[in-house]
Amino acid sequence: MKITTKLWIGLGILAVLCPLGLILPSLFGAGSAWGEWGTDEMEKLVGYVPKGLEKLSSLWNPPMPDYAFKGWEEKGLTHLSFAYIVSAVGGIIIVVVIALLIGKMLSKKEK
Amino acid sequence: MHIPDGYLGPTTCGAFYAVMLPVWALASRMVRKTLKAKQVPMMAIGAAFSFLIMMFNVPIPGGTTGHAVGGVLVAILLGPWAATIAITVALVIQALLFGDGGITAIGANCFNMAFVLPFAGYAVYKLISYNAPANSNRRVIAAFIAGYVGINVAALFAGVEFGLQPLLHHTADGQSLYCPYGLGVAVPTMLVEHLVIFGWVEAIVTGLVVKYIQKQSPELINPVTDEKGGQQ
Repeated sequence: MKITTKLWIGLGILAVLCPLGLILPSLFGAGSAWGEWGTDEMEKLVGYVPKGLEKLSSLWNPPMPDYAFKGWEEKGLTHLSFAYIVSAVGGIIIVVVIALLIGKMLSKKEK
Repeated sequence: MHIPDGYLGPTTCGAFYAVMLPVWALASRMVRKTLKAKQVPMMAIGAAFSFLIMMFNVPIPGGTTGHAVGGVLVAILLGPWAATIAITVALVIQALLFGDGGITAIGANCFNMAFVLPFAGYAVYKLISYNAPANSNRRVIAAFIAGYVGINVAALFAGVEFGLQPLLHHTADGQSLYCPYGLGVAVPTMLVEHLVIFGWVEAIVTGLVVKYIQKQSPELINPVTDEKGGQQ
């Protein structure tokens, strides 16, 4: 088997395992990454929401915020894990297609 | 380490876009010179791996979370310029589709994770693995240390970017407009988290995958940029 084939399989296995990145923090009671809080958390931490932060934080509406479907914030870990895998697979496909296109454009033609 | 929208003021965001534009241009130029057509799938795998490994949040019990970036690994396998391109693709998709990292902070996040991280890690890797045969253990150790150093240097930069904001932007009564934590909090926090926990995750990921590829396909260990060590 070619090494690239093995690595693609490895990526597939990682994609299925990726909910670990959701479940472990939840098990150990760990919150957001430092400096990546939402405005509510920010208010709890420093007592106010910085004005510029408040304005900019809602600047962009991503289609799948936090690797979950919109409106799923209150769903349990099982649902979120499912959405996480969907995000991983979807994200990988898009990243791969774009990277292949850029690579094709930039790489030397000779084999 | 994905700085969201609203944590960095407009000056900082603009400055990092201004820095990254020529870096991206130069990266394209360098990749055009060095990347062979048969390496293109590897670059896509690298971008996908980086995207995916960043989803594996590692908890500090009762505290925050963090993750590896995988960028040093991509730099070791394809060279640092290709790593810049690959990680940029991952970061842009994370920001646009998943809100992981801000749109206004893409310049800064790419500077930290797609530029500083692979280059710092790559420099350490080259130094330690100098003249080592492709299958030597020294290359695995070099990869391990390079992963650790790369992500910590990136975390240092992120900490400084966060920490400068209260100095740059505040209201008359002293409230911050963007990130409210100054250098004295942001830098030590980012550094300690990564030195103590997340740095080791990047180190282990980088070392293990290099070890695996060495076993499976030693010709992939640095044939691109290493004139000497590559193929013995």
